[in-house]
Amino acid sequence: MNWPLEAFLSFLAAGAFGVIFNTPRRTLVSCGLVGMSGWLIYRTFFLAFDDSVQASFAGAFAVSIVAHLLAKKFRMPMIIFSIAGIIPLVPGSKAYNAMRNIVENNYLEAIAFASEALMISGAVAMGLVFAEVLMQLFFKRQAKRIQRKMGLTQE
Amino acid sequence: MTVRGEKHVTQVGETRRELALDCFLLAGRIMMESGAETYRVEDTMIRMAVSQNMINSHCFVTPTGIMFSPSEELATRFVRVNNRGTDLERVALVNSVSRKLVAGEYTLQQAYEEMMIIDQTNYRFNIWVQTLAASTASACFFILFGGSWFNLPFPFIIGGIGFIIVETILTETRVKIFAEFIGAFVVGILASIAVYTGFATNLDTLIIGSIMPLVPGLLITNAVRELMAGYFVSGLSKGAEAFLTAFAIGAGIAVVLSF
Repeated sequence: MNWPLEAFLSFLAAGAFGVIFNTPRRTLVSCGLVGMSGWLIYRTFFLAFDDSVQASFAGAFAVSIVAHLLAKKFRMPMIIFSIAGIIPLVPGSKAYNAMRNIVENNYLEAIAFASEALMISGAVAMGLVFAEVLMQLFFKRQAKRIQRKMGLTQE
Repeated sequence: MTVRGEKHVTQVGETRRELALDCFLLAGRIMMESGAETYRVEDTMIRMAVSQNMINSHCFVTPTGIMFSPSEELATRFVRVNNRGTDLERVALVNSVSRKLVAGEYTLQQAYEEMMIIDQTNYRFNIWVQTLAASTASACFFILFGGSWFNLPFPFIIGGIGFIIVETILTETRVKIFAEFIGAFVVGILASIAVYTGFATNLDTLIIGSIMPLVPGLLITNAVRELMAGYFVSGLSKGAEAFLTAFAIGAGIAVVLSF
């Protein structure tokens, strides 16, 4: 396991997907960073707990939080940053294995792989949604606090 | 006719109202065609409407059409969304125009003209740059999924070829499932040739890496996410699109593997 190499490759892959999805030019590097953080957290969790569903949830959670912060910074929709970062977490290999087993008539193995792929994409989506909700709650509270400090509350 | 409705009619003049509706629907259509989330499209349209004094407006966005009702007694407008892709630059541009309209920096006329420009301009990277990006992504995923360094040129070349085939067929025919099927089929054949001639070693990793630029990961995740957020119509239809794409890719690879 070579951490700097994986970081570099995931950065490059997410940036390349940014080009394919045509993200605004000045956010390409940030897209790469989002992808890198998501992949590294996914790998860390995967090596620690050996469960790709949990690891995907954690990775997507990280992607969503970083994407949210960058979206606040650039004042752009969050989807611009999260899309490229999610791609490395997508269960492409599980889906491929499921399909390969179907072709080879190993239907039971295929069902196992397919349900794992389904669980992983559900976990990715849940990670995204949970992080989004948490960030919304956090920012709402923060905005209220700033308003109170400046005497701007409307009571 | 309610009192509240009368107030709206007097506040917003006839031609201005038509222009406002054109503007909102154009914004919604561009965003939906560029792959924005449903809730963001609805939110943007409602915010723009509120900034133009249309307070109790409703909109209903699906991946194939957008309905917008400005108020209780005015006519509802509808616009069709024909082709959907992913072009995040346009999402960002429409978003910034709508922010400026809401903040009062743009007048309605200016915002509409900006939207027309966004609608007619092609912001995409050159197709060869996109292909190079797809090749790079394939090669990176190949290594990340455990491929060996000696085989690195194969996913680079095969991934790029698969991507450009899909893009070319898409611009020619607009039938997505056919393009994805042929792309996956060619990827499968090239990968098998590389392995059986002895140049590459691991067929599975090679195919997975090369197929990554085509996989509808984005659609799957967005579909599940919209289902969770309560947008059932768009969630189900995006899910259907993702399923068809995945099926096409799977079938294309399966045809090769079954020999």
